[in-house]
Amino acid sequence: MRLPIPALVAAVVGCATAGATPQQPTPQTSQPTVVTSVDRPQYPSTYQRHANPPVLIRNATVMTATGQEIAHGAVLFRDGRIVAVGAAVDAPADAIVVDGTGKYVTPGLIDTHSHLGVYAAPGTDAESDGNEATNPVTAEVWAEHSFWPQDPQIPLAIAGGITTIEALPGSANLIGGRSAILKLIPARTVQEMKFPGASYGLKMACGENPKRVYQNRGPSTRMGNMAGDRAAFIQAEQYRHRWDAWNATKKGDPPARNLKLETLAEVLRGHMYVQNHCYRADEMAQMLDLGREFGFGIRGFHHAVEAYKIADLLAKAGTSASVWADWWGFKEEAMDGIPENAALVQQAGARTVIHSDSPSGIQRLNQEAAKAMYAGRRAGIEITRDQAIRWVTANAAWTLGLDSVIGTLEPGKMADVVVWSGDPLSVYARAEQVYNDGWLVYDRNDPRHQPRTDFELGQVPAPGRDR
Amino acid sequence: MNPILLAQAIAITGATVFPVSSPKLEHATVLIRDGRIVAVGTNMAIPTDATRIDAAGKWVTPGLFDGAGQLGLTEIDAVPETNEGNLRTDDVSAAFNVGEGINPASVLIPITRIQGVTTSLTMPSGGLISGQAVVINLDGNAIETMIVRSPAAMVMDLSANAKAAGGGSRAGVAERLRRVFDDAREYARRTTDYRKNEIQPLAAPARDLEALLPVLHGELPLVAIANRRSDIETALRIGAEYKLRLILAGAAEGWMIADKIAAAGVPVLVEPLDNIPSYDALGIRYENASLLSHAGVKVVLMETDTHNSRNLRQQAGNAVSYGMDWDAALRAVTLTPAEVFGVADRYGSLETGKVANVVVWSGDPFEFSTAVEHVFIRGREIPLTSRQTELLDRYRSLPPRY
Repeated sequence: MRLPIPALVAAVVGCATAGATPQQPTPQTSQPTVVTSVDRPQYPSTYQRHANPPVLIRNATVMTATGQEIAHGAVLFRDGRIVAVGAAVDAPADAIVVDGTGKYVTPGLIDTHSHLGVYAAPGTDAESDGNEATNPVTAEVWAEHSFWPQDPQIPLAIAGGITTIEALPGSANLIGGRSAILKLIPARTVQEMKFPGASYGLKMACGENPKRVYQNRGPSTRMGNMAGDRAAFIQAEQYRHRWDAWNATKKGDPPARNLKLETLAEVLRGHMYVQNHCYRADEMAQMLDLGREFGFGIRGFHHAVEAYKIADLLAKAGTSASVWADWWGFKEEAMDGIPENAALVQQAGARTVIHSDSPSGIQRLNQEAAKAMYAGRRAGIEITRDQAIRWVTANAAWTLGLDSVIGTLEPGKMADVVVWSGDPLSVYARAEQVYNDGWLVYDRNDPRHQPRTDFELGQVPAPGRDR
Repeated sequence: MNPILLAQAIAITGATVFPVSSPKLEHATVLIRDGRIVAVGTNMAIPTDATRIDAAGKWVTPGLFDGAGQLGLTEIDAVPETNEGNLRTDDVSAAFNVGEGINPASVLIPITRIQGVTTSLTMPSGGLISGQAVVINLDGNAIETMIVRSPAAMVMDLSANAKAAGGGSRAGVAERLRRVFDDAREYARRTTDYRKNEIQPLAAPARDLEALLPVLHGELPLVAIANRRSDIETALRIGAEYKLRLILAGAAEGWMIADKIAAAGVPVLVEPLDNIPSYDALGIRYENASLLSHAGVKVVLMETDTHNSRNLRQQAGNAVSYGMDWDAALRAVTLTPAEVFGVADRYGSLETGKVANVVVWSGDPFEFSTAVEHVFIRGREIPLTSRQTELLDRYRSLPPRY
């Protein structure tokens, strides 16, 4: 028991979002992005799919996140790709067949907002690597450079059915740095986890956190927050112009490299998604205008407890809202959170995402989606089961720019698949098997598939074992 | 409250009733009059003056009872002006009773009760001995009408959070506690000497030592927050030394010594969804509530996020999902907390003579799909509205209706 939990969360953590309509990064599955200021590899992904036999899960309720729920359905995947989804799928001779009787299958869950690895357990100052709270604009920092793959919270999230996360810097800063899009798998290095071809996100934060953290040096007001953002992007426009001009001819010495502006220039070029921690409706409207001033879209607002007040504006701007099912009240800008938020955003035609921002919440995103769905239904908003599953799969994938690769159960998609003991929208269901790119990374009934981090060895009792 | 309304009888009919103190009843009636339950059973004659609530197909339980939190003591965590639960003046604040800090107008109260939580412990936090917790009903426009029992327990912290009070060492914390307890006894024996200034300096102010006497006399339970196995064992050791009525809270590694806790007859307050390892509890795990319960420990479930005390249902459902018996989980959010905090003569079950804190659910109270249909607190039907439902109504369609 640790009182008061929400105050701690509110004080430290924050969120961000990515760009929408004007120029959107295009999802890529092969090699990372093109033209930046410099032409050299930068911490490239070394992710490799694990070789696994094909798997056929059959006679399960298959929730595809494409509008379909197939009773007694089957899912076949091979070499990390979904091959077939339907009522009847023949088992190839070399396939492992999983009996899904009474079970449910969904796409792997995706958390658009996590601080796993950057605020790792056991939570001492030594693992506090999420906020470079030394300057209100730290676009130069990259979350992956903080990320600790041995965070013991990672296996817990895997056991909750999570297959992909966006690990973000915290929200102390107006511009907190680059996010990391990661496959949630056991690994020695973050490079092995980096989602191949994923575009980066840029973490930005509105409201109380930056103005509280920097009250003595500024910004100390919301108008100061906006001025700080604008000043940064004005510099970035100049920087981008200098580099684009030099890149066109490659004549003479290249302009001086500036890590901070390099990242912001990538946002201006449409290569990076803005992920924006923002609670209040009026501030979200300001941030949409800030994006218009500089020609980028906000891909997603995160925490967005007042998204329901401007759901029409979000729909029009093509900006998703990553929200909690029911968190509220831990600070003033969170006072107007309501359990129907997610459903109202959906009803207005904008993209709803349920995110966690929490090492606890990430373990039950399905439950949070269920709570939000039923809250909506009780208010007369007809949210379908498929829509609720999309809140933690397809819509999250879109927010990360990966909706052509993950987020649904369709032939050709990456084989991120979860087998649930029962209806994932029930409090009593648990993830039983989690496949990440076809690899069985977790099996509740088989200790050989229950990964443990180095941290846990010899000091955290394994499930079912005393010391 | 309107006495005429209170005098009216209410009959909840045709429901699946979970009295908790006895097996569930199908097609049963709960009869409420004057704020009390006057009958629970089947084939019951309904008084003609009774307002009938047809609850066919519904589930009826006692109002849920959260065994932790700071309802009434906090409005906005990050705004100190709205927080009353933490006395910062001293790390031994035994005389601090949170009662007069309660804000009956708190917006959290309607938000919580319309999700079926009718009663809660509300507790102080911080320091070594945080102060006195009280049990409140989530209804009433004055502190006096809300309070069910005060004090209900003394609260102390033996977790890593309290180490500063022991000079930075767990052993220092234990030593400090014993000094405080010993001095409380000394003070009681020599109050006259104290008044004449003929006594060595005491380990805490006299008012606080005096407030500890009911604890040392075994009259007032002592909630001990402890998570590491060794800290739980320290709590049990000190509890036995001073013959305290101990209640463990947190007890993250309690599952490792469940038999020992059961043998000591010490109840445990558990938050089922707490499983993030820290150096205070590397062995923390989801199965804790279940393992303790199956070992025969008296388990109370809690939701410590005060703003979401309404998620006590979800905590209980997850406890079941990780192995706790469903009936035990229901008991752990109704009758067991009432017993542990000394109000089971009036609360925690649906029995003749008990206070009518009753909830009508559309189904299993732990399921997300289940709606709360009626809430009664002391027999008053609670309107299912809150600041959040007003916000919903305003923004249900855009632009909003001002």
